[in-house]
Amino acid sequence: MKDFIIPWDDTDKGTPAKTGAPVTLTIDGFEVTVPEGTSVMRAASEAGIQVPKLCATDSVEAFGSCRLCVVEIEGRRGTPSSCTTPVAAGMVVRTQSKKVQKIRRGVMELYISDHPLDCLTCAANGDCELQDMAGAVGLRDVRYAAGENHFEVRQNGEANPRYIEKDNSNPYFAYDPSKCIVCSRCVRACEEVQGTFALTIEGRGFDSRVSPGAANDDFLTSDCVSCGACVQACPTGTLQEKSVIELGTPSRSVVTTCAYCGVGCSFKAELNGDELVRMVPWKHGKANRGHSCVKGRFAWGYAHHQDRILNPMIRDSIDEPWREVSWDEALGFAAARLKGIQQKHGRRSLGVITSSRCTNEETYLVQKLARAVFMNNNTDTCARVCHSPTGYGLGQTFGTSAGTQDFDSVEHTDVAIVMGANPTDAHPVFGSRLKKRLRQGAKLIVIDPRRIDLVRSAHVGAAHHLALKPGTNVAVVTAMAHVIVTEELFDEAFIKARCDWEEFAEYAEFVSDPRHSPETTEALTGVPAEELRAAARTFAQGGNGAIYYGLGVTEHSQGSTTVMGIANLAMLTGNIGRPGVGVNPLRGQNNVQGSCDMGSFPHELPGYRHVKNADVRAIFEQQWGVEIDPEPGLRIPNMLDAAVDGTFKGLYVQGEDILQSDPDTRHVAAGLAAMDCVIVHDLFLNETANYAHVFLPGSTFLEKDGTFTNAERRINMVREVMKPLNGYADWEVTQALANAMGANWTYTHPSEIMAEIAATTPSFAGVTYDLITEKGSVQWPCNEAHPEGTPLMHVDGFMRGKGRFIVTEYVATDEKTGPRFPLLLTTGRILSQYNVGAQTRRTDNNIWHEEDVLEIHPHDAEQRGVKEGDWVKLASRSGETTLRAKITERVSPGVVYTTFHHPDTQANVVTTDFSDWATNCPEYKVTAVQVMPSNGPSDWQEHYTALATRSRRIEAAE
Amino acid sequence: MSPDKMIHMANQIATFFKSQPGDEAAARIAAHLGDFWEPRMRRQLLDHVATGGEGLDPLVIEATKQLSAPAD
Repeated sequence: MKDFIIPWDDTDKGTPAKTGAPVTLTIDGFEVTVPEGTSVMRAASEAGIQVPKLCATDSVEAFGSCRLCVVEIEGRRGTPSSCTTPVAAGMVVRTQSKKVQKIRRGVMELYISDHPLDCLTCAANGDCELQDMAGAVGLRDVRYAAGENHFEVRQNGEANPRYIEKDNSNPYFAYDPSKCIVCSRCVRACEEVQGTFALTIEGRGFDSRVSPGAANDDFLTSDCVSCGACVQACPTGTLQEKSVIELGTPSRSVVTTCAYCGVGCSFKAELNGDELVRMVPWKHGKANRGHSCVKGRFAWGYAHHQDRILNPMIRDSIDEPWREVSWDEALGFAAARLKGIQQKHGRRSLGVITSSRCTNEETYLVQKLARAVFMNNNTDTCARVCHSPTGYGLGQTFGTSAGTQDFDSVEHTDVAIVMGANPTDAHPVFGSRLKKRLRQGAKLIVIDPRRIDLVRSAHVGAAHHLALKPGTNVAVVTAMAHVIVTEELFDEAFIKARCDWEEFAEYAEFVSDPRHSPETTEALTGVPAEELRAAARTFAQGGNGAIYYGLGVTEHSQGSTTVMGIANLAMLTGNIGRPGVGVNPLRGQNNVQGSCDMGSFPHELPGYRHVKNADVRAIFEQQWGVEIDPEPGLRIPNMLDAAVDGTFKGLYVQGEDILQSDPDTRHVAAGLAAMDCVIVHDLFLNETANYAHVFLPGSTFLEKDGTFTNAERRINMVREVMKPLNGYADWEVTQALANAMGANWTYTHPSEIMAEIAATTPSFAGVTYDLITEKGSVQWPCNEAHPEGTPLMHVDGFMRGKGRFIVTEYVATDEKTGPRFPLLLTTGRILSQYNVGAQTRRTDNNIWHEEDVLEIHPHDAEQRGVKEGDWVKLASRSGETTLRAKITERVSPGVVYTTFHHPDTQANVVTTDFSDWATNCPEYKVTAVQVMPSNGPSDWQEHYTALATRSRRIEAAE
Repeated sequence: MSPDKMIHMANQIATFFKSQPGDEAAARIAAHLGDFWEPRMRRQLLDHVATGGEGLDPLVIEATKQLSAPAD
């Protein structure tokens, strides 16, 4: 039996769990003890008694509108609804009696009198709470003749004025108003869970209808972000996944982990046979707590997209068409080429790029391929271009490269700083959890050049938005520290107990210098001094302060310095080591944390231990039976430089599209073109594959076992939901390649790889698949000291001992605006697309974003004669591209913004090769550019499109 | 890599460590280069210093004296 048996109870307990002092009551004669504040309905459910209900569900607060859940309580008059009645000590409840049974049947009768009786052909048949409740209350008869109603298309020979046609505008779910019972679960889910407030109940009484947006809106044109929370909450077939309408009700489910962003949501993949019907967020997932976004919930169609390549292919040179071959031939060809390169150009002429989208086990094997088979340390990963400064900065200050908290921590936050991150687009489920806390009264400080949605959206607003000039992060963070130190708002007791006092004293002296005051730095950051002072005071004095940050912090020439500055702020204010506080990098890809943990970086073995340390090398030398190179390897940009120089000739890239995602596309192309053997291991012929000699088909996250580690350090299970279409999971392909080179690896299941990781890496020492399955997930460090993992880090002391304050001097980037390039370009993501778009562009998500556009301020647009929707040329000293303009005040004058989801835009043709001083993380977020009206694609775009078409030819089979 | 890019990267590292308290900047630059620069990159830097080190921050040149020659 394939089904993974879920050890958790998935029962809908009707109302949310509460925390509070224990209260004991009696329900139907059974004694039950629950936390104070719990509803009678939930208490009954805890005792195994399900009270009939329609408008209640445990993802939203009780509403008390359907009256189906009425009960009798001794000493109380009438029949209170159990969902809205809190428990009391000694309460005696009866959930079944002649009286309540009669009421419930009456209620159901009324509901059914205005509901179509087409159950057998309804998509929700068998998965409908209305149907279940009709059964549960024993409804046997409906006495009311059909009078005015909402479900008949025609009545008495005329069109029924109350009938509203089905809204099919959303690509993933349908809204059929004729089936709606107006329980408002969808409206409340949109408000409470997602926090978008796109839905409302329009009209009163019999006229009440669920309505998206304003009067003329449908679901697509409304503010709806297609997270699916309403569909999940709907008890009937009113809001229904189109995949269920098309394919039928799923019959089995497997709990697994989403492969999009670093939030790492748990999902139930629901199937018939091996056909995936829908992905439903799993309520016991500790990262997402039952919520999802449009990507994880709906955008999985790429797994079966016609573009997917299922057979290995090779070619002698990149101007030839691809030739489909057997796995043996492809691996033999690749191994022979790689060995030939090493013989001719030396041991260090080969390298690998591990994938931050693949599992920990797969990533571990790819770096092992470099270290134990290629015999060098030329391994790197996409974290190079996103969070490598986090690794360096937090390693230097705290002693480990990871976020300090779990996502639940935000429920205890009083002041949140969101810096260089846009959670509602890029980490939507965390964004919703943050918004929920903000609606409860927590304060928000946004530090971002752009007016992101969090600055002002429904029922949420930032107390302070520091709209700094791109590239001045360090100046802003240091100025905040200046205020906190000079106004003596720092937490002296914490610093004395937990940090090196002497380093603090040096740091305090440094930041106190008037040159770091907000008044002085205002001229370069553009942030008004008073606003910055107010923000610093709010953070230092507002209670639990948490800092969440993203790539707007790291992708700068001073990315590592800003990370240190953030760590300084957290230590200064004592915001480390308890719930509600901490330093929280929001990771881009699903397994960026894991790929770093697994030793993907060229200077570190798994567990962040430098290759120069003989004792660490000895552990792996013993395990692998090889001698490990003590010298650090090449980072991705260094590999490309070395390739252009002719000393780096072969690269194995797993699940990564460096041509599209990495900066300065022309340089990347030149590097790839200079290599003799580029092996791309991917789902699709991505842009990098245009320069590849070997293509090895990859498998999706649905097709393999393994683990992902999210931004909370949470190791989540990824489970094989269906067999790989290409025949092999990615770890098997890497193993086959290693063996083709003579490695003799013998893993038969990813759990064996995890056992090797645990045996060699202290922070993973206690991790096993059994433990993860038993606990649902485990946060590292997980070892003898923390046998069940570590939700919060640095509780009693920092990993490195004393926390270390580091002086953070602002240094302007050398990427400067001038007469030729007067504007600053910064780049980012939007909600519906993901990274290079390889997955999301192959789904209906394109309906929300079919091309990258350039956001430009009205002032800058007018000066250049650019109107909304015009083609514009975007040029920097690196290159130029064209795209359409979107005129908006979300960006400040002097700043333009775009995304990099589409290969035909190639935003990275424009970005430069400047990088973070410590880690070479590219400076994506600051490029000096000029914008001017244009007629169409640039020369590069035309040239590249032609090359891509030529390069993707596949020879017809004979 | 292009000499300009290498010089730029080395000088960036020097700029950071120069800003730190104490007088160990050269040693810390050398340690950083040893920890993160692959042997070819260090070799290129050392070769450039040997031919005069044009464009390099004097602290980088100072640091290269403490930089171990890459093991092959």
